Amino acid sequence: MSVPAGYYLILAAALFSIGAVGVLIRRSVIVMFMCVELMLNSVNLTLVTFARIQANLDGQVLAFFVIVVAAAEVVVGLALVVNLFRLRASTDADGVGALRA
Amino acid sequence: MDVDQATQIDLFALAPELAVLGASLLVLLIELFLHGPRKRFVNPIAVLGVLVAFGFVVALWLDGAQRSSFGQMFVVDDYALAFKGFFLAVALFVLLISYRYFSEIRTFQGEYYFLMLAAFLGMMLMPSARDLVMLFIALELVSVPGFIMAGLRKFDLRSNEGAMKFFLFGVLSAAVLLFGLSIVYGFTGTTTLEGVAASLSAGEANPLLLAATLFVIAGFGFKVSAVPFHFWAPDTYEGAPIPVTAFLAVASKAAGFAGLLQVTFVAFEPLADVWAPVLGVVAILTMTLGNLTALTQTNMVRLLAYSSVAHAGYVLVPFAVVQPGDAALNADAFSAVLVYLFAYGAMNIGAFAVVIAVARRHPGRRVSDYAGLGQRSPGLAVALTTFLVSLGGIPPLVGFVAKLAVFFVAVEAGTTLGIVLAAAVAINTVISLVYYLRVARVVWMEEAPEPEPEPVQPGLALGFTVGGLAVVTVALFVLAPLLWGAADQAVLIASG
Repeated sequence: MSVPAGYYLILAAALFSIGAVGVLIRRSVIVMFMCVELMLNSVNLTLVTFARIQANLDGQVLAFFVIVVAAAEVVVGLALVVNLFRLRASTDADGVGALRA
Repeated sequence: MDVDQATQIDLFALAPELAVLGASLLVLLIELFLHGPRKRFVNPIAVLGVLVAFGFVVALWLDGAQRSSFGQMFVVDDYALAFKGFFLAVALFVLLISYRYFSEIRTFQGEYYFLMLAAFLGMMLMPSARDLVMLFIALELVSVPGFIMAGLRKFDLRSNEGAMKFFLFGVLSAAVLLFGLSIVYGFTGTTTLEGVAASLSAGEANPLLLAATLFVIAGFGFKVSAVPFHFWAPDTYEGAPIPVTAFLAVASKAAGFAGLLQVTFVAFEPLADVWAPVLGVVAILTMTLGNLTALTQTNMVRLLAYSSVAHAGYVLVPFAVVQPGDAALNADAFSAVLVYLFAYGAMNIGAFAVVIAVARRHPGRRVSDYAGLGQRSPGLAVALTTFLVSLGGIPPLVGFVAKLAVFFVAVEAGTTLGIVLAAAVAINTVISLVYYLRVARVVWMEEAPEPEPEPVQPGLALGFTVGGLAVVTVALFVLAPLLWGAADQAVLIASG
């Protein structure tokens, strides 16, 4: 017994939407960042499902690239968050004062 | 894909990229063994690497043959070489304007030059990429070093917040782009640009697929700071070290346009009916909003930031007149984009070079700091005026040629949208002149504040950049047919 491919796509779309809404409404940089990771993982799910439907490996290969790039982004993003916390003792995206002209 | 074909690697085709990669690693390594002020000597190493890469690009161009590696994922043709030459020239000037700025800050020099070269490596892969996977990797290789470089002034909260904003918008748009990409792959079953185009022109237009193409285009829209994805640009530009700002405003934006050219003119060409009008609206919004916001800016870097948003709008105009199957019109639109990007690169880096020179004396970067520059440093003042007037699109400077190219292709399309776009370009050119000439007036007409500040001394590297680019800005107007010819040579559109 196998789950139809359509369900995977619906799940992926739902995850992507949850992530997108999260980025837009949450204010903590770390939570926003986690939401982006959720979106990227929904992309992976979509890619792997389509690779299965299309019966070729391109999608699975692309999923690996997405994982690697996401890891690189985590490294850079957390470094920026740590530095922001050192300077400001808060990780909110709000309260940005210095840059308002 | 055939395994033998996929593993075949043409090293000569990859030589420029390998040179940049080698230089970036060398810089990182050598910096470890240098101490104190001697760390600044990593800059000439980076410059040397760029020059070697440029030599390889010239050799490939003289060779003339179309080459490919990694099973057609990486292609070297006239289009790719034109962009690589452009990117390497930009890299050279960005390195030259970085030299004194970073040797005076004295921190992170090895890291900075490493990241800068890594980003340029991504840029050089971009025009060669003929596969959505490769395109995505190249885009990220440009973006991720950019996030770090924007936040390189770690001690400064503005730099950090600008980088954070850039980063969040960047990863969000990457996710959106990837989601669109995954759906395109799902419907077409391939990731090569040609394959996608062939599959799209054969099949029915599915609404989900149309949405996916717009997702992909939106991902590039962030990179080129088109409205409504431009929010990061002014803050990031203001907070970042100024050479990095020049890099983001010119190189990274041009790379975004290179990717957008390949995606729209090759892969999604059969669906141009859908995305071209959308890009038309985006183009009008981008140029109008950029120009109107720039009018009220008192900070020179923010003014140039909004001006660069407006210029992204002008470059988007030729995209909006693309029609599926009309090869002659599409080729003209394509070369108009190239002409605009090359012209924009020369004049905008020049403007930032002058800003760096003046910011040494006046760290506040206010427009009012430029008062009396005409008396204090006539050479810089003449160059700055040249760049600003060229950005405004007045003859006899290259900015005029660029505006004309975009304007003509919009008229040539003959559609209602084309006429509206041409009118928008004309109106926006007039609006933009208000703030460019306001700066020029401050430079020449206003008296310097008392006590008179000392003259600005740009130093050798910066002086060479400013002078050289000013000459280029004038010379490319005289040699406009040459620029046109080069752009026409480099056109890459769907062959189907």
